[in-house]
Amino acid sequence: MDGQANRGLLMEFLGDLLQWFGENWSGETGWLARTGEHLRVSGAALIAAMAVALPLAGWLGHTGRGGLLAVSVINIGRALPSFGIIALALPFTIWLARSTPLIDSGLGFAPTFIALFLLALPPIFTNTYAGIRGVDADVVEAARGMGITERRLVLDVEMPIASPVILTGIRVTAVQVVATATLGALVGYGGYGRFIVDGLAIQDRLQLVAGAILVAVLSILTEIGFSALERFVVPAGISRRRRADVVPPVAV
Amino acid sequence: MIRLENVTKVFPGGSGPAVHQLSLDVAEGEIVVLVGPSGCGKTTTLKMINRLVEPTSGRITVAGEDIMAIPAHELRRRVGYVIQQIGLFPHRTIAENIATVPRLLGWERTRIDDRVGELIRLVDLEPGMRNRYPRELSGGQRQRAGVARALAADPPVMLMDEPFGAVDPIVRGRLQDELLDLQRRVHKTIVFVTHDIDEAIKLGDRVAILNIGGIVEQYAPPAVILRDPANAFVKAFLGSHRGIKRLSLIPVGEVPLEDGPMVDRSATARDARACMDRYGVDWFGILDGKELVGWAWASDLDGDSLAHIDPKPFEARVSLDASLREALDTIITSRTRVAPVFDGGRFVGTITAEGISRELAK
Repeated sequence: MDGQANRGLLMEFLGDLLQWFGENWSGETGWLARTGEHLRVSGAALIAAMAVALPLAGWLGHTGRGGLLAVSVINIGRALPSFGIIALALPFTIWLARSTPLIDSGLGFAPTFIALFLLALPPIFTNTYAGIRGVDADVVEAARGMGITERRLVLDVEMPIASPVILTGIRVTAVQVVATATLGALVGYGGYGRFIVDGLAIQDRLQLVAGAILVAVLSILTEIGFSALERFVVPAGISRRRRADVVPPVAV
Repeated sequence: MIRLENVTKVFPGGSGPAVHQLSLDVAEGEIVVLVGPSGCGKTTTLKMINRLVEPTSGRITVAGEDIMAIPAHELRRRVGYVIQQIGLFPHRTIAENIATVPRLLGWERTRIDDRVGELIRLVDLEPGMRNRYPRELSGGQRQRAGVARALAADPPVMLMDEPFGAVDPIVRGRLQDELLDLQRRVHKTIVFVTHDIDEAIKLGDRVAILNIGGIVEQYAPPAVILRDPANAFVKAFLGSHRGIKRLSLIPVGEVPLEDGPMVDRSATARDARACMDRYGVDWFGILDGKELVGWAWASDLDGDSLAHIDPKPFEARVSLDASLREALDTIITSRTRVAPVFDGGRFVGTITAEGISRELAK
């Protein structure tokens, strides 16, 4: 096959893709609805992980306790593949759905949520912990010496000063969660993973590639969105160079 | 104002107490400097006063109140605290930093604003610094902001832990002068920690010299410590220039002044020569009544009267409240080896190196 023919095939494929996006956006199985599903489980997992990790790591970082815990958490987090967690979560959620009224179905949202929550926990925890530990001891001593209570010290002094590191952790985590939410399709959840899993199953190359593109675009948008948020949330006066102390992303 | 009674601090795992049975009284409005080698427990002692370190035993009172009876955060809002690294909040502006304690105390916004403005002027920061962030300030400016922040709620007591340790010697000297100047206006009770004996001598109304383990070797005004060191430790800690150090503590006014080789304008050349002989010098000062108009060399004498002499003005002059150190400096750099002393504009006598030496030897 010569180059000319190759190019022709590629253009044809791109045309088909555009057509696919044009035809498959609406309805319950359209990519718009799948975007909603994808964001819902990602957002829920991220918020839940933040709700647990921020106060816990904030307090442990403040008191200086839990250093070993922090190290253990990140190492376990790095070692556990999300795919494995989903598989392990499945029997648990099925049992949960059968024997308790907590959830309706053991498939779909619940195991995906659990896997993403466990994925998000370590990097948010460790970055928050490291950020708080990294606050200048003199600033903390001066604050205490002026009669700031311990709780306000964490909230008004340590958290804002550590905010670049904490927000970087959240940003990196968010991108990972969005990318990993794709696995939800393996346990019956919707989201973009649906296109990839179904595309593979029925040998629909177009649907497969479209799904992959959607995941990539949403991940990039997440990165951009959280970067903008950082700019907005980090207090003036704090050097944003501290973003360099980022804990490297956890392997999926 | 502050009283420490038999205060002991033992840190878990430490070899022996960091502070042992320390008793100290700080009167209202005075600056007390704790000075000693590292490991003498001076910082620990300071931090016990605002409960950043809790004493193992003993009693500390501030304004008559046992500090253990006051919740720690309330005590600390009443006690200003300045540390070497200052610890300004990097995410807050200078104005917000200064407003920290007033905000904790729930002051109204307008009152806080007024107070911040007042403090910025008091510590000699430019008004434009208000909305700057700490990282935009120089070391000296940050230190001033730290002092302003500690003074914000007008606490009667200030604790200062090597506040000028991190700035260069020139800025340090200036900040020390500013602190003394400030103290004349605000009259705080200040406990100041340093390892620098010269700083202690310069700033302290009284100085406590501490030995390893928080033992007070001597607690007295610096002039007394320099004149009569209590023991060998104090003597060694003061170093080898005790006499020179004392010079800066004694004002010229405390030394008996001499008339000096002064003659009135109406005197004769013979009177002038007799006067110079008496003092063993080859120059004489010329008075016009009580006014000192200048001086002349013996070789300027010509004829019998002084009328034709054009007196040279005294370039070296010291004021009555200058220190002996300044006086000595003036004396050894002047051609006449004597410094005329003035009280305001009025000539009151002269001071010589011999006179200073006699005073120190007393």
